[in-house]
Amino acid sequence: MVKLTIDGKTVEAREGCTILEAARSAGIPVPSLCYLKDINEIGACRLCLVEIQGIDRLVPSCNNVVEEGMVVYTNSPRVRKARRINMELLLSQHDCRCATCVRSGNCTLQSLANDLNIYALPYQSEIPVGRWNRKAPLIKHASKCIKCMRCVQVCDKVQSLGIWDVSGTGSRTSVDVSFNRKIEDADCAYCGQCVTHCPTGALRERDDTMDVFAALADPEITTVVQIAPAVRAAWGEYFGMPRETASAKRLAATLRKIGFDYVFDTNFSADLTIMEEGSEFVERFTHKEEYAWPMFTSCCPGWVRFLRSQFPELTDNLSTAKSPQQMFGAVTKSYFAQKIGVDPHKLFLVSIMPCVAKKSECALPNMNDACGDPDVDVVLTTRELVRMIRSEHIVPQALTEEEFDSPLGTGTGAAVIFGATGGVMDAALRSAYFLITGRNPDPDSFTQVRGMEGWKEAVFHIPGAGAVRVAVVSGLGNARRLLKAIRKGSVSYDFVEVMACPGGCAGGGGQPIHDGCELAEDRGNELWRLDHNAQLRFSHENPEIQALYAEFLEKPLSEKSHHLLHTDHHAWEMPVSGRKIKEERAHVS
Amino acid sequence: MSRLEVNTPSRAQAVVESLYKDVERRIAASPPGLCPVDMALNFLTLCHAQTCGKCVPCRIGLGQLKNLLTDVLEDRATMETLRTIEETAEIIVSSADCAIGTSAAELVLRGVRGFRDDYVEHIQNHRCLGSLENPVPCVALCPAGVDIPGYVALIHEGRYADAVRLIRKDNPFPTACAYICEHPCEARCRRNMIDDPINIRGLKRFAVDNAGELPPPTLAAPTGKKVAVIGGGPGGLSAAYYLAIMGHAVTVYEKRQRLGGMLRYGIPNYRLPREKLDQEINYILSTGIQVKTGVTVGEDVSFEDLRQEYDSLYIAIGAHTDKKIGIEGEESEGVLSAVEMLRNIGDDRMPDFTGKRVVVVGGGNVAMDVTRSAIRLGASRVTCVYRRREADMTALPEEVHGAVAEGADLLTLHAPLRIESDENGKAVALWVQPQIIGEIDKGGRPRPNKADLPERRLEADLIIVAIGQGVETYGFERSVPIRHGAIDATSSSQLKDVSGVFAGGDCVTGPATVIRAIAAGKVAAANIDEYLGFRHIIDSDVVIPNPRFDNKPPHGRVNTSERDAAERKGDFHCIECGMTLEGALQESSRCLRCDHFGYGVFKGGRKERW
Repeated sequence: MVKLTIDGKTVEAREGCTILEAARSAGIPVPSLCYLKDINEIGACRLCLVEIQGIDRLVPSCNNVVEEGMVVYTNSPRVRKARRINMELLLSQHDCRCATCVRSGNCTLQSLANDLNIYALPYQSEIPVGRWNRKAPLIKHASKCIKCMRCVQVCDKVQSLGIWDVSGTGSRTSVDVSFNRKIEDADCAYCGQCVTHCPTGALRERDDTMDVFAALADPEITTVVQIAPAVRAAWGEYFGMPRETASAKRLAATLRKIGFDYVFDTNFSADLTIMEEGSEFVERFTHKEEYAWPMFTSCCPGWVRFLRSQFPELTDNLSTAKSPQQMFGAVTKSYFAQKIGVDPHKLFLVSIMPCVAKKSECALPNMNDACGDPDVDVVLTTRELVRMIRSEHIVPQALTEEEFDSPLGTGTGAAVIFGATGGVMDAALRSAYFLITGRNPDPDSFTQVRGMEGWKEAVFHIPGAGAVRVAVVSGLGNARRLLKAIRKGSVSYDFVEVMACPGGCAGGGGQPIHDGCELAEDRGNELWRLDHNAQLRFSHENPEIQALYAEFLEKPLSEKSHHLLHTDHHAWEMPVSGRKIKEERAHVS
Repeated sequence: MSRLEVNTPSRAQAVVESLYKDVERRIAASPPGLCPVDMALNFLTLCHAQTCGKCVPCRIGLGQLKNLLTDVLEDRATMETLRTIEETAEIIVSSADCAIGTSAAELVLRGVRGFRDDYVEHIQNHRCLGSLENPVPCVALCPAGVDIPGYVALIHEGRYADAVRLIRKDNPFPTACAYICEHPCEARCRRNMIDDPINIRGLKRFAVDNAGELPPPTLAAPTGKKVAVIGGGPGGLSAAYYLAIMGHAVTVYEKRQRLGGMLRYGIPNYRLPREKLDQEINYILSTGIQVKTGVTVGEDVSFEDLRQEYDSLYIAIGAHTDKKIGIEGEESEGVLSAVEMLRNIGDDRMPDFTGKRVVVVGGGNVAMDVTRSAIRLGASRVTCVYRRREADMTALPEEVHGAVAEGADLLTLHAPLRIESDENGKAVALWVQPQIIGEIDKGGRPRPNKADLPERRLEADLIIVAIGQGVETYGFERSVPIRHGAIDATSSSQLKDVSGVFAGGDCVTGPATVIRAIAAGKVAAANIDEYLGFRHIIDSDVVIPNPRFDNKPPHGRVNTSERDAAERKGDFHCIECGMTLEGALQESSRCLRCDHFGYGVFKGGRKERW
């Protein structure tokens, strides 16, 4: 341990600890903007500067470590002045029209500027102009980017994709898509982790709420909404609602109040996914030599995009099952449309997802199996949902819980855990066990796949089938490590669950943003709690699923199932990967 | 009012003068990769500030060029803008009254033509092709990419052995480089912006001199693969060293009696003491490398046999043939090549020059080596003849000054004409033609032209030719591709269409520097490992000290000193005196730690493994 003095207080910190960490853990707040623990400690914004006795220059506290006997001042007049001027300089190149910014009220730049009591700038405003395809799922505003480099680092270090890079040099240095590509030509997974780690409004999802309002206003159109599992664990955060209050049923009431005709639950199609994907796994597992191994889950579109661009040779290892969102769409515009006697072309299906990549998934050219229209019309992130609720001036706390509509409104505990890392695997194993043995296992038999570790593995013995070797990874950097290990032959599995975002959809790139906090674990725990308390904890016991098969699909992997619920991952192309571009350039030179 | 006054610069002017010096050093420290259009704009801004304001093209034209370049950078330009830039610049060049205007516009014009792609990318795609690839200048400019800020910090902490271990991660010749590296790392040291570059080589020498003996490196498990390295110079031995660490069985074939290549057969003992070189080579061989000296590939053993016997080959045969001047009388007795002379010295066959008048032809480092060796071998007079000016010599200035201090005469601006010999065919004089310095060539050096002065006769007992070396391709020409007299290999050291055979160093690039040969060996080792189906990682467990916060005001650079010229010219002992502990501590404290402060902490600051 190292002893030092911070603002007159004697502080003990472990050796190698940064001055910032030492101060914060001693209850002395030091403002920071670019800093992201372990990911971005580069001293770029110069707001965490401190004064150290005996040292002339001010020192960024985020990337310099404590020393024995150090005397630190975090708020001396000199520090205050430097912090203020550096903030003013940042603001001189930032589009400060906060009223029209999606992050207003949740912007670290804004709140620090407010903290510093800055109400006028002594500098000329010189706001950079950028060009961007506003149709892409991911939007960047150069006018709001403060070049903190967090997006670059998250994409490099956590997601291993390197979509962002520094562009230009000198005074024109900025952040843009790497290798001078446009976002639509990049191998971006659209995971949205850059968005949730941006301290300002420079990065956001494409806002599709206006399309939804237009559909809601059209009397000719029947609007249907589905809510992804992980959304229920996060939607109430903005409203300050505890997780128990911000329930799925209160969200159902809220959406009905907004005006949706049918409020359904993606949990329903998560159960359906388990039926299809679980059956597919059993089929593959019992005919091992006919398939590529291991089998990968296919419900995360960020992961599918990643695999298609980084390891295209492993495409056939993906389960052919569509994601729950897309299964829901296909069932809505076929089975459900028939059931209520509505022309599917007049159905407008909105998904509320914790995800940016879902916006690109629903727009894939082959996601139109039910009636030729896109099976899902619009995807909104959890954040857009919150913005819709706000713009309707609804106070969700004041609403009474309401049931989901039927027949696509029931889900089991096995479905709700799709939103947490390990959940899909857990749910699939529960039903696979049943499919193979004809009886249910204890629903808590597969706990080894749960938890926040980035790469988990386990072996389960299913009577009659033998040992099933499984792995669960979340975060694309972990996915890359795992795929490399598989390719090298140093690991070998039967079934692998991959989620692009660390912690799974609970930590999804479309979830509410809390700068500096990672909430995937908290939200995930809420989903595991919901599973624990659920009446039904096996997908195959979902009565609405049973009815769907009895009335419409016959059985898992039936011809109709194949047509509606499975997909050809080769039917669309991903742009060439940045790594390949890099390799080719190295080769040319 | 006096009729005349002595000009005394104002205080403001004196400060401006000192700022000019700062800007000069700042430009010298410019990091590679900056946007050339942006740099052109900023140079132009400086040029425009210098205009006297009298004539139109310079006063107004340069300003309008600035506006146009700004339009390009601010995404407001079209291809028409580029045409206007070019035309305007052309007209300023041809119509401004003096060099302030013409050279400024010339600068823009050269850019428009020289990096047109950058302009077009800005105009058409609103993007910039510039990018900072490696933000730590010293590491970026070291061909082997040695972790310089890391070892300088280690030296400051007194961890000399760790410093050497860290260097060996990227360069197995820390000692040789400590004594004779041309230190390209120092050229753009960010410290230039404050005062002078860090004396990196001097610090490295302090580390190697004080590191003590180090245990041999740990080797990876044997791979069962066999690699032959042809040529036991710095490049070949570097490749051999890393390949051995990776677990491959390496055999080095060396034509001469001993290993070291140019380090032994080119560089005299007074620059790199033999015992130091032998220690270094012994450490490299401690990895279990097999050595076959006195074996010439292509004569004693055929190249094809080696291909049969080994899984992969690395050709690092250097550039050891001498170039001829091509003048009458060059075949006379008493005319010898620098390569030949230094080779004999390398094999401890010291010629006796006592009382002889020696003329050396050439202006490079090798010319200085033979000049200074000739003095040490007892020559009564040594004259170094060079056809351009002293400032144009390619030898390091300290080598030239050292030679002069030891009593050499420089006869610059004289070109050799013919060699006069006596009736026995023995050279007696070199005839030279005085030159006048002429126009600047494409490489930026002025050309020598024949001056209107009579020929001169330089009496000589010995004439040593040191005008460059070539590659001995004999024995290889049927098996490997040759281009312009050198082996044709890619930047990854691979030979086109000859699978499993790699080549690098002087035999590919022509005569270059030791550190470039080492870097080529490192590259070859990595690619041979990959070719053999492995991906061994070379790294170091040395923990780099945290950067310090000490104040670093402008401060003089600690230079190494040399033994007195009068004393050192009588022996072949090392002429350079190492730094003192005090000097090393002070010099290492000047390092700005660009691996931590600045861009390095974000990207590219440290490559921990390769």
